[in-house]
Amino acid sequence: MDIVVCGKIIPASTVTIEIDPATKRMIRKGVAHELDPAAASAVEEGLRLMEKVGGTLTLVTMGFNEITIGIRTALAMGATSAVHIFDDALAGSDTLATAKALAAAIGKRPFDLIICGTESSDSYSGIVPGQVARLLGVPPVTFATEMAVEGNTLTVKRQSESGYDVVEADLPALVTVTSGINEPRYPQLKGIMAAKRKEILQYSAADLGLAAGDVGEAGAREKVLEVGRPPRRDVGEVVEDDGEGGKRIADFLAEAKVI
Amino acid sequence: MDFELPEELQLLQETVRKFVDQELIPVEMECRDGVKLKPEYRERFEAKTREMGLWMLDVPEEFGGAGLSLLGQVIVWAEVARSVALPSRGHSIFGPEVRPVLYAMNEEQKERYLYPLLREEKRACFAQTEPDAGSDPGSMRTRAVRDGDEYVINGVKRFISDADEADFAQVMVATDLSKGSHGGISCILVDMDNPGVKITAKYKTMMGYEPCEIVFDDCRVPAANMIGAEGEGFKLGQKWLGIGRLKHGGRAIGVARRAIEMGARYAKQRVTFGKPLAERQAIQFKLADSYTELHAATLMVYHAAWKYDQGEDMRNEGYMVKVFADEMSFRVVDRVLQIHGGVGLTTDLPIEYWFRDQRSRLITEGASEVMRMVIARHVLRQFD
Ligand SMILES: Cc1cc2nc3c(=O)[nH]c(=O)nc-3n(C[C@H](O)[C@H](O)[C@H](O)COP(=O)(O)OP(=O)(O)OC[C@H]3O[C@@H](n4cnc5c(N)ncnc54)[C@H](O)[C@@H]3O)c2cc1C
Ligand SMILES: Cc1cc2nc3c(=O)[nH]c(=O)nc-3n(C[C@H](O)[C@H](O)[C@H](O)COP(=O)(O)OP(=O)(O)OC[C@H]3O[C@@H](n4cnc5c(N)ncnc54)[C@H](O)[C@@H]3O)c2cc1C
Repeated sequence: MDIVVCGKIIPASTVTIEIDPATKRMIRKGVAHELDPAAASAVEEGLRLMEKVGGTLTLVTMGFNEITIGIRTALAMGATSAVHIFDDALAGSDTLATAKALAAAIGKRPFDLIICGTESSDSYSGIVPGQVARLLGVPPVTFATEMAVEGNTLTVKRQSESGYDVVEADLPALVTVTSGINEPRYPQLKGIMAAKRKEILQYSAADLGLAAGDVGEAGAREKVLEVGRPPRRDVGEVVEDDGEGGKRIADFLAEAKVI
Repeated sequence: MDFELPEELQLLQETVRKFVDQELIPVEMECRDGVKLKPEYRERFEAKTREMGLWMLDVPEEFGGAGLSLLGQVIVWAEVARSVALPSRGHSIFGPEVRPVLYAMNEEQKERYLYPLLREEKRACFAQTEPDAGSDPGSMRTRAVRDGDEYVINGVKRFISDADEADFAQVMVATDLSKGSHGGISCILVDMDNPGVKITAKYKTMMGYEPCEIVFDDCRVPAANMIGAEGEGFKLGQKWLGIGRLKHGGRAIGVARRAIEMGARYAKQRVTFGKPLAERQAIQFKLADSYTELHAATLMVYHAAWKYDQGEDMRNEGYMVKVFADEMSFRVVDRVLQIHGGVGLTTDLPIEYWFRDQRSRLITEGASEVMRMVIARHVLRQFD
């Protein structure tokens, strides 16, 4: 079975994110990057499937040059190879342009299943997977909290407001997994040492047949109008505990109909 | 010249850092009983390290270990030292501790000692220090005299870590008192249940460790237990100490890194006289000096490890690392303790533990003065 995992490499959790006031984009150059935890869950899910039924797992990612360490993390976890879409012409891509590039790269080789995170941990629009599925003409099955493949059928438990739905789809298909679906493994020392020998295929926009007007700044149909901090929240009511604190909290919660 | 760690070591560093952040730091104040890891935590941590392949990192691949480069090992030690979860000495969670001198054994000795050690069936201790020979092991008085197929050992060893839990001891003995460290010292393996061996005392130390005193009284050991030839022992032991000094360096970097992080965070939170401590120059300078010294030590440790991995002699760099990095970490911990005020003195935080432990490192495995003495010899030799 040939599995593709779309995963983003994002600024590391230790980095304080800054926004460039001119472009209104996150400053990604020169900061430490890591494999998005959402992508790590997708890789983990793919590896478990691959270990069961055999086959390959390819990580597909779009991002600039400094992210190879994140790609190697997925390879060290056990991904068989990786595809890195990387081109200055792609800078400034919105979600649709990102999806076009991902879909073009995925479409270059036969695949059975695409696994994505429900949303990335840095921009979390949650839009890209749906767009990729549409562009490749495969069914998107979203919010999976559990997934399994039997023969040619993908079955997932799809998280809903009230519980979960069981959804089936024929392969090839795209599934997005929720963050709690598994606990991603730590890369093993052997995997870390082997990762440097695994293939990372690099594609430019031209390799993917994408014209300048389709992607990047020029192709972006979304526009970021303003970036701001959330409004400061009021301090709220401060209660000095004079022995009645517990009761006051209980009253407050009852008033709010929480209890 | 390239100052970047190779990509696989960056990945190793990130992986171990995550492991430390997620598995060790959250339980670091509860997982030890004094200087011993509680059995349930040992089991839990070792299950992870085995799964991650972080097992017998320093053991060559031909003996079933990971055969990690010294630079790789230094990086692991540094990350692990960011937490006080693990005892700083003795039994780690990365498999049995093997002193490289044991690889110098012949096949028959390996069968009896090395392989059981690697299978965790046996444990070892290293006995060199004596009441009258610490920094100057060449003056040791514990003698081994050949008698037919045996050696007869008489003497006292002091401050021997884990002797009470060891199945055998790697003992440094004088075989020729007139030669001292120049061919007069040998290395011999002694079973701890030998009737001529007695543990006669345990010393309580401020770090919590209780190293032992061992008395050898007409202790008869097969001559086949000698590692290498008679008189070679000191050379073999010194080789191990070279790596040990970098272990000190790695540990010092990790402790300092976490201490600085704690110091900076606390300085931003703690308000006195209407302002956060972080806005006071007296406090800022402590952090700035610490950060600068940490950077210097890190480069020194990486460089010495790299040099070793190139197959070059790094003994001098090793001495400099031992004295500079250990003293750096103690200074940093001292400053961070000062920034924390009374809170820093409590046993609720790791700082006072580091204060005791890093302080002890200026004495053990090569005291600072002795490191300076050998560095000075090297300096003076260069300039006529
Ligand atoms: C006008 C504009 C300009 C922008 N310019 C840039 C820019 O220059 N550089 C930049 O990095 N971002 C830029 N962005 C942000 C960029 O659009 C998003 O990072 C990207 O489209 C993914 O969106 P998301 O993170 O919200 O994905 P989501 O839809 O939340 O992601 C869900 C899942 O889709 C997959 N996925 C998403 N993105 C990728 C990816 N890149 N590679 C592999 N899999 C992926 C993953 O499986 C992920 O878990 C720009 C956005 C806008 C609107
Ligand atoms: C917890 C613990 C565990 C230990 N574990 C082991 C073990 O497992 N195996 C083992 O063999 N040993 C072990 N030791 C012993 C340790 O290695 C020695 O304590 C150390 O080598 C110093 O020797 P010493 O205590 O005899 O000090 P001394 O050699 O007496 O030195 C006393 C002081 O004088 C200084 N000094 C010495 N010579 C000079 C000089 N020429 N010029 C200037 N100053 C000098 C020293 O730097 C030191 O500050 C352990 C010690 C401790 C505390």
